[in-house]
Amino acid sequence: MSSSTQTTQALRPDRKKSRLHFDLLGLGIALVMVFPVYWLVISALRPNREIRSYDQTLWPTSITFDNFVRATEQPNFATAIQSSLIVAVTAVVGGMIIATLAALAIGRFRFFGRKALVLIMILVQMLPPTAMLIPIYAQLNAMGGIDEYWGLIVVYLVSTLPFATIMIRGFVVNIPVELEESAMVDGCTRFQAFRRVIFPLLAPGLAAASIFALVNAWNEYLFAYILINDNSKYTLNVWLMTFTTERGTDYGALMAASTMIALPVVVFFMIIQKKMAAGLTSGAVKG
Amino acid sequence: MSAADTKAAGPPVPVPPDPQAIRKSSPDDDAPRVQKRKRKKGELLPYFLILPAIVAIAAVYLYPLGKTVIMSFQDMGRRELWTGDPAPWVGFEQFTNILGDSEFWWVTFRTVVFMAICVTLTMGIGLLVALLMRKLSTWVRLVLTACLIAAWSMPLMVAASIFRFMADSDYGLINTLIAKVVGEDWLGHNWYLNPVQGFGIITLLVVWGAIPFVVVTLYAALTQVPQELEEAAALDGASAYGIYKFVTWPVIKPVFTMVATLSVIWDFNVFGQIWLLRGNKPEPEYETLGLYSYSKAFESTSFSQGTAIALITVLLLSGVAVYYLRQLMKTGEVE
Repeated sequence: MSSSTQTTQALRPDRKKSRLHFDLLGLGIALVMVFPVYWLVISALRPNREIRSYDQTLWPTSITFDNFVRATEQPNFATAIQSSLIVAVTAVVGGMIIATLAALAIGRFRFFGRKALVLIMILVQMLPPTAMLIPIYAQLNAMGGIDEYWGLIVVYLVSTLPFATIMIRGFVVNIPVELEESAMVDGCTRFQAFRRVIFPLLAPGLAAASIFALVNAWNEYLFAYILINDNSKYTLNVWLMTFTTERGTDYGALMAASTMIALPVVVFFMIIQKKMAAGLTSGAVKG
Repeated sequence: MSAADTKAAGPPVPVPPDPQAIRKSSPDDDAPRVQKRKRKKGELLPYFLILPAIVAIAAVYLYPLGKTVIMSFQDMGRRELWTGDPAPWVGFEQFTNILGDSEFWWVTFRTVVFMAICVTLTMGIGLLVALLMRKLSTWVRLVLTACLIAAWSMPLMVAASIFRFMADSDYGLINTLIAKVVGEDWLGHNWYLNPVQGFGIITLLVVWGAIPFVVVTLYAALTQVPQELEEAAALDGASAYGIYKFVTWPVIKPVFTMVATLSVIWDFNVFGQIWLLRGNKPEPEYETLGLYSYSKAFESTSFSQGTAIALITVLLLSGVAVYYLRQLMKTGEVE
């Protein structure tokens, strides 16, 4: 009832009754949306005899961590974590440096070709990845980049670059130029002005953009599958395939592994939600 | 951006619904800032700053795109790929072969129908849920938002694994539930024998995965609708539909079209969902344009055929992309 905008309506009794109907409907939708996530966690914790059953029940009768043990004992678990971390972190760090530079240029300077650059950045994101897949594969193959981390890193770095640039630009334009200028009047060099004045103000934007890029790289599947053939270099998403063999799928272990992969993403998402909201609101206030 | 990003990573421009942009008055308000920037015109610094970005984008997007065009006029197979021998030029042969193949037209038809159904469901349900969010008690809205974010944050491959398990013929929950209601016949039912049913499951996964982004974005747009206007219209005796049509819709329309356009692009390029639900070996009946291009390139090892199909896909989508860009320019996203 605390939604102030609805107060005039909330006074009327018939509105109150329909509010209850809406609430019930809202809870029903929430249930449907969250159900697959619930099923994931529940299945990961279920004993195998319940998972391999024709008669699935909505609640587990007992809880076990066997599935997690089986998942971690799957070949290449450790190397898959390692690969995912190496590729995602390197791509994000590199991407953020390049994106910040580009965002400063786009947000702070008016130069010939600026608008074209923004247009290209937006446009390339719409190219279907399968369209790029074959030429990128052919090119990396010619350069010896197949089965190498750097090939994947370059692809991820660039695929998050346009979004990161546009997002960071939003934060750049909200920092008054005067701040930078007065720092320079006070004797800072342009670089010092950036490092001491602009960078701290940019930090929340960088954090949000980098988490976004990290989730992006962490989740990517298609390029990881095509560019890496070496089992010991699989990223986590590709490694998920190993739970399916000729003899069938070990769903318990697959669900446990999926839970482990999803967990960091869920945490990152919780963080980014607030940061993004903060970024958007500050943008709205300053206009 | 890859198809696998359609959920978490997807939103390239998550349409920050800044009220100025929606009211379309930004050019004038921006004038003083523009003046300030103009003083710096002519410096070389901005070019140094954007150089790395340009090099990176050119290397991973623009150069391969150019190469796509070139490759599609050649005949590049496995031999040329591994030996580095120049591929022979074949002119328009790849295109005439593809366009003359009835399978290509079936795949295109399937892709378009699948995309249309997914987009309609996503946008329709998304809009209704976003409208509903405004009518909810605060705590229900928070619960719903939390559930949406939980669904949103599932990595694509994880989400696909969950749906594969739920629709499994032997141990799937869906079969168990239907069997309890309809009858035992449904135990062991294979959803993928009939592609229509199989695509039903795939659609479920795609729509479920896309709804959170649509709801959150549309709800953000809805908060920009001036409440006074809606209340005034209500006092004047306008019907709920009338208020929606003349007050609410015009404000959220730009954001709605933008999200719908993005959905078209993403759902046209669905890859990972079909790939994993079909156990990494999609049957021909499950091929959409992306998978078709992939299987031509990597399974038939005719890389040129694959790129030609990809190029046709890009051309098919370019109209949508141009529309999207025009929308962005209108709302002031591209200053």
